[in-house]
Amino acid sequence: MEIGDTSLRRAQGPAADAGAAGRRVIPIEPTTEEVALYEIRKTIHPRAVHGWFARWRWTLVFATQIVFYGLPWLAMNGRQAVLFDLGTRKFYLFGAVFWPQDVIYLAVLLIVSALSLFLFTAIAGRLWCGYACPQTVYTEIFMWIERKIEGDRLARIRLDASPMSLDKLVVKTFKHTAWLAVALWTGYTFVGYFTPIRDLGVRVITWDLGSWESFWILFYALATYGNAGWLREQVCKYMCPYARFQSVMFDRDTLVITYDSARGEPRGGRSRAIDPRAKGLGDCVDCNICVQVCPTGIDIRKGLQYECIGCAACIDGCNQVMDRMGYPRGLIRYTTENALAAGEGAGAAAMWKRVLRPRTAVYGAVLLVIIAVAIGSLAVRNPLKVDIIRDRGALAREAAPGRIENVYRVQLMNTDEAPRRYALRASGLPGLEIAGVEQPVDVGAASTRLVALRLQAPIEHADGRTVAPGAHKIELTVEAVDDEKVVRHEQSTFIVPR
Amino acid sequence: MSDFTSDGWGFYVTIVTLASIAGCAVLLFALGRMRVTRSKTGGPVETTGHVWDGDLAEYNNPLPRWWMWLFYATIVFALAYLVLYPGLGRAPGALGWTSAGAYVSEVKAQDEKVQPLYAKYRAMDVKAVAADAEARAMGERLFLNYCAQCHGSDAGGSKGFPSLRDTDWLYGGDPAQIRASIVDGRNGIMPPFGPVLGDEGVRDVVAHVRSRAGLPADTLRAQLGKPLFAQNCAACHGADGKGNQQIGAPNLTDAVWLYGSTEAAITESVTKGRGEATAVTRMPAHKERLDPGKVDLLVSYVWGLSNLK
Repeated sequence: MEIGDTSLRRAQGPAADAGAAGRRVIPIEPTTEEVALYEIRKTIHPRAVHGWFARWRWTLVFATQIVFYGLPWLAMNGRQAVLFDLGTRKFYLFGAVFWPQDVIYLAVLLIVSALSLFLFTAIAGRLWCGYACPQTVYTEIFMWIERKIEGDRLARIRLDASPMSLDKLVVKTFKHTAWLAVALWTGYTFVGYFTPIRDLGVRVITWDLGSWESFWILFYALATYGNAGWLREQVCKYMCPYARFQSVMFDRDTLVITYDSARGEPRGGRSRAIDPRAKGLGDCVDCNICVQVCPTGIDIRKGLQYECIGCAACIDGCNQVMDRMGYPRGLIRYTTENALAAGEGAGAAAMWKRVLRPRTAVYGAVLLVIIAVAIGSLAVRNPLKVDIIRDRGALAREAAPGRIENVYRVQLMNTDEAPRRYALRASGLPGLEIAGVEQPVDVGAASTRLVALRLQAPIEHADGRTVAPGAHKIELTVEAVDDEKVVRHEQSTFIVPR
Repeated sequence: MSDFTSDGWGFYVTIVTLASIAGCAVLLFALGRMRVTRSKTGGPVETTGHVWDGDLAEYNNPLPRWWMWLFYATIVFALAYLVLYPGLGRAPGALGWTSAGAYVSEVKAQDEKVQPLYAKYRAMDVKAVAADAEARAMGERLFLNYCAQCHGSDAGGSKGFPSLRDTDWLYGGDPAQIRASIVDGRNGIMPPFGPVLGDEGVRDVVAHVRSRAGLPADTLRAQLGKPLFAQNCAACHGADGKGNQQIGAPNLTDAVWLYGSTEAAITESVTKGRGEATAVTRMPAHKERLDPGKVDLLVSYVWGLSNLK
């Protein structure tokens, strides 16, 4: 049994090692504490932060959420443009309709997602976590609501510490109502991907929801409210498997958010007027802003830690302070272990040097190839699918003296959103003919049709040759009457009895 | 459970289950009270003592306390489940749930859902149902599920299994007869005549039968076979050889041959007989498997196969 929390020591990072070697440590408090194996969570009150990276995060919040909330409302071909219809097992994605038989594309999507994660993690650590992960995105939205209602860090700490009062009750109720409203809208949107969202809206208004719809709307809403409102960084710390295995993809050339301890130490408060070098101080003014803005409540100056989701809030916070002090930016910055060891400063050139390396090149190349193949395969996707199964109950029968008949079930699947007519041809034996099917066969839009097909072949021919008893390979060709590009060749066997 | 003939196993399972749950609870309680030291400055931290690849160690950091309550919740869930559902040895569980009972109630619920659909066609005439496109599609699906294994996906039959597409019927092709065939099944038997007729007699009868059907045969033997046919075969197949639908004796004068028209096939039929004696074919009764609504649709579908073209 695994007790408590695990993390990999290798992920401890460069700063701690460098710090242990080159800095003067003045112990002012006990370095260890006694803790229970199960500790009570201390609420984190992150301080609002502005800056380049915060703007990027908000850009991605908007980009992902406009797509998420907006997509189900688009219409196309007289239906919802994006709809995952589980009941009829058809996934509508703009112009394309995916059937269960297309599950390979889901596999490709997962492979592409995994490889992208490898690539981005190898380049710059937990980019996904910091900017695009729904947990981060919704936490960001919920924290924004919280800030608007309860105020920034200090106001919130004070509010939480104060005894319950009417004011506090009103403020808290207002906040949770706002959170729940966002959560319910999110749940409604989520279900709107699986059942037409406009009809769903009508049913919500008329209070006429099915039990599954109600369950999933409430479940997804509750998950959003709980994860983004209450659990927050605990999801990343204790639940998310991604968080853990991403650390394994780091190497010494991965860009990670790092405190430059060689430049910052020894830390200490000082007036802006003095020269820190003269007093033997580093650039860190020990203002604790980097700790206050951190959504996971860690001190980045202790080195890379597993709790760090790579959101770069500490970079934005520190840069503001550096600007105010008149020091160069980048005391906390994206840098790599190797770059830091080599004493390289911040700067695009130094970063690119570390980013471009065999590992990222291979990940990138494989990713591009798979994406290209998938797009190519989608572009030439055949809207017709055919399955042919020989009747297993009977090997063969005599249709007329000297004429052998085999029976097949042919499933014609038209994934097109228009009805089609198909012509069937059989080949592989001399004189092989199709009987019992009225040609051409009509198949409705985006539907399937089962045809019981009889194939007949003479076993004796005019020139005296006979067809040997046993199994013969045959081919069934199905071709759209109006489009010769839509064609399938399916193999089966024709059995001639002894 | 038939493998466990002793009641002792039930007690054994009960004890092991409850002891495991109690063990989990004790372990959880003990761990909840345990304390470990942790660094406050990022210095060396206590690890679990596990080391991989020479330098990978596992920190011993605490889990959140609510996580522990989740563990306790699983224990509560397990105990509640064991009280409500069968799980402790042979105890039936307070809800009385069984997998067989669940199956029966699901089938019942499904039947209730589809009954209105069947009721619509039950009220209609067989021939009108046969002409209805939706009913035909349903009938085809039922046919593919219940009948196609023997009669073929195209209802064309095969050796020993009659075709349902032609107008030649062993037991009659009107809706009432088709219904009787489906509901109660059919069991036609052709007894073996090899011992009665002897080798020569069989050859004569076979030649006679083939000549009646217009197939090439030895004329002399066909003549010799005529009285043998009248003595042995006419009782069922009729003096004119046109069969008897009361007992499912096939018409021997047409081009439809259930077991084949070759001399060898007919010889085997006459010598060894067909049906239950050789355990080849028997139309099973479907009254236990198909409810009346499904039978109605199948009767209409099968009737339509040969009567609506």
